[in-house]
Amino acid sequence: MKIIIKYVLLDLLRNKTILVYTFILAVLSVSLLSMDDNTSKGLLSLLNITLLFVPIISILFSTIYFFNSVEFIELLLAQPIRRKTMLLAEYAGIAFALSIAYLLGVGVPIFVMSYSTAAVTLIISGLFLTLIFTGLALLIFVLFKDKTKGIGAAIITSLFFAILFDGLLLSFIYSFSDYPIDKPLLGLISLNPIDLARILVLLQLDVAVMMGYSGALFKKFMGSATGSIYSVVCMLLWVAVPLMISMKVFKKKDL
Amino acid sequence: MKSIPAIILLSSFLLLAIADSFATITKVNPGPNSIHNAIKAAKDGDTLLLLKGFYREHDIVIQKRLIILGSDFPVIDAESKYQAFIIMRDSVTLQGLQIQNIGKASITDMAGIRIVNATHVIIRNNRLINNTYGIYFQHAGQCDILNNTIHSNAKGEINGGNGIHAWKSDHLTIKGNSISGHRDGIYFEFVTDSRITGNISYSNARYGLHFMFSHNDTYTQNTFKDNGAGVAVMYSKGVIMHENEFLLNWGDASYGLLLKEITDSKIEHNRFIKNTIGIHMEGTTRVDVQHNLFQNNGWALRVQASCSGSNFLENNFTGNSFDVSTNGTMMLNTFNNNYWDKYDGYDLDKNNIGDVPYYPVSVYSVITEKIPSAMVLYHSFLTDIIDQVEKVMPTMIPDKLKDNYPLMKKLNL
Amino acid sequence: MIAIEHLTKSYRKFKALNDINLDFKRGQTISLLGPNGSGKTTLIKSILGLVVPEGGTIKINGSEIKTHWEYRSKIGYMPQIGRYPENMTIGQVIRMLKEIRKDCVSYDEELIEGFRIPDYQHKTMRSLSGGTRQKVSASLAFLFSPDIYILDEPTAGLDPLSSEMLKDKIAKERANGKLILITSHVLSDLDDITSHIVYLQDGKLMFYKTVGELKHSTGEEKLNKVIASIMKNNYLTEILTNENNH
Repeated sequence: MKIIIKYVLLDLLRNKTILVYTFILAVLSVSLLSMDDNTSKGLLSLLNITLLFVPIISILFSTIYFFNSVEFIELLLAQPIRRKTMLLAEYAGIAFALSIAYLLGVGVPIFVMSYSTAAVTLIISGLFLTLIFTGLALLIFVLFKDKTKGIGAAIITSLFFAILFDGLLLSFIYSFSDYPIDKPLLGLISLNPIDLARILVLLQLDVAVMMGYSGALFKKFMGSATGSIYSVVCMLLWVAVPLMISMKVFKKKDL
Repeated sequence: MKSIPAIILLSSFLLLAIADSFATITKVNPGPNSIHNAIKAAKDGDTLLLLKGFYREHDIVIQKRLIILGSDFPVIDAESKYQAFIIMRDSVTLQGLQIQNIGKASITDMAGIRIVNATHVIIRNNRLINNTYGIYFQHAGQCDILNNTIHSNAKGEINGGNGIHAWKSDHLTIKGNSISGHRDGIYFEFVTDSRITGNISYSNARYGLHFMFSHNDTYTQNTFKDNGAGVAVMYSKGVIMHENEFLLNWGDASYGLLLKEITDSKIEHNRFIKNTIGIHMEGTTRVDVQHNLFQNNGWALRVQASCSGSNFLENNFTGNSFDVSTNGTMMLNTFNNNYWDKYDGYDLDKNNIGDVPYYPVSVYSVITEKIPSAMVLYHSFLTDIIDQVEKVMPTMIPDKLKDNYPLMKKLNL
Repeated sequence: MIAIEHLTKSYRKFKALNDINLDFKRGQTISLLGPNGSGKTTLIKSILGLVVPEGGTIKINGSEIKTHWEYRSKIGYMPQIGRYPENMTIGQVIRMLKEIRKDCVSYDEELIEGFRIPDYQHKTMRSLSGGTRQKVSASLAFLFSPDIYILDEPTAGLDPLSSEMLKDKIAKERANGKLILITSHVLSDLDDITSHIVYLQDGKLMFYKTVGELKHSTGEEKLNKVIASIMKNNYLTEILTNENNH
């Protein structure tokens, strides 16, 4: 497994898309952090970029990469290797490469220019999003045979989590505003890793009070240590579950 | 006939000179009941000079026209059980004292210095440390409270007392004091025609300044910082607020300035920085908000629909999460010539006034106002889109709430 | 060596493989022939474990493959389209496979040398022509000297010289008692090296005969002529009836 990860990484670290992705992230981070004298505001802008770019780039790039590697995967599977091992190794290679890109593009500028708890939370959330959406790409890859359909599914998935889900959430809040919905809301938020990441970071910034202003329960829970652990566990599940389903489906997949 | 005023003048000078010649300066040393005894022995117009030291005395009632001076801040300690000074006579001066450890009682409000039915009292350069109430006015008038340091450590809103508490008084001047760690920094109830100037009120459990039913007061050049709930001005008219700073009143249900049932008042040249809510207005009538700076607040302004006739003119709004929010669809106040950093209109005729109006209320803020739970979507991509769409096709926000002449450049405030 | 019984596979309604029974032995060179979509690729992918059959069994050296994976160390596979990660160099691809196949100690680098691969091993896969990729794929298939070779369209895109070199290599390995499975469209290429022919159509096994038998029954000498006449004269039915008579 280590061998495959190593060679996938060797390949990806010279991949132009990954290099451009790293570069764009770095330029955005440096300019946003240095433009605003208020670091909390710079972090907020970086949060928005992380929430928008990381999922979409991760899922699209990984999906395309997986589909482009079909022949290579066939070749590997013709070797005495377990299917599971091969798939995990491919996933780990891509996830690792994208994580390195994020760390270099966003992590390093943040650590150098405005180190804080919120910054660390932002980086961890960004890494989680990378892992999660690469995992979802893997799931798409094993579920679809056709590359075009797969890319379509990747776009729809990222749009769903980036916008559509929040739209549904908003209409839910609208329809049930007369009821105590704080608790169900908490559960619903866990169904979207992007929302989880957003709230996790927001609660570390001083704008957290904006959320506590009304939904007291929300801030009380999510702002507490238990809340942070809960969100991290949810994120871990978001990494693990798609991976596990992928393994299971891939066992039976015809290449 | 001409000489009569001259004679009166002369004789009054003489009288004063005689009175002065009788006035003595008595030095007081620490000892059992030494202040009590000195007051007993003194007569109107005398000066008591308390020498440096520790005076364990309390409930010192002053019913003579005395000047009590401290040398090197003598300490008057009320052993956390009693009150220190009770002034019941006009024209008393207290200066240079350290008054500490006032008691706490549920029946009476225990104060370091209590002024009852007196006028022209001067409280100057004192330190009031760890007291329930610092300075307490009750039916007082024309008093000056100058350059005192009033500090306590009230834990909650319920147990603590106020730094400067005034009830049914008028013509007070409160200037250059530093107040912290009380329930309210300065509390006014039925106080009129007073001036609060150049004070700093910070880290108080509730309000930095609290006004109730107090008309025609002016407060200028004060700093209110880091207070539990900011500054509250309620049920008053003719209040003038000038050049104050409202900083870091940051937390759940915290305001820079809370206005409730305020009429004919002026808010000018103030700075509201990093407050959860810059100004919250409820039931106000004819309040002019001009030349203020609103920077990095959660909500710069929350103007409830019950407000009317107010003018928001030539203010700077920068870096606020929400510029204005409101709970209704009616807006009976006007916004003109303000600078909004979120304004993205254009200025073709280069007159520094944007050619299209600015709508300071975002749809998302309207939604959260109606349904607070929607705040969980704060900073999500969706809400940004909704706001952008609304800009193109306004449907939800009050259409009267707009700035027809938004400025292109920040005002120099 | 490879025993296939009642192998069935369908994609939705389409039957890719319909009850295939085959038995391949050591020292055979088998050409898998058939029109596009006849099930050739599905068959070899089933043997490689890339396609999961829905019915039937495949046994290699007597043991069923199922979800086992170790058996694949006995197979050298040359895919039809040799696409590798773009930014990997040829050297890296070879080294990677060597690292994966730690079980193998001695390498058969005859083709690597023959194709002069070390001369351009620093080139990235992206920059290679189709022919060069084929050479890499072929070299990799032979690198670990397995018992079974599965070559999917091996000579497509190869220059005549390399093609000959590969054919010599195949013949040599066959002489060593290896089993070689080849799918190919270019029939004339296979004339010299094929011993058996498997003909598939619409997922059905049409026949599995030696080249000699076929030449005899059609009266043609060239293998491509043999096949052409089979296809043209609707000869299949006749052969089928013959087979059924057996």
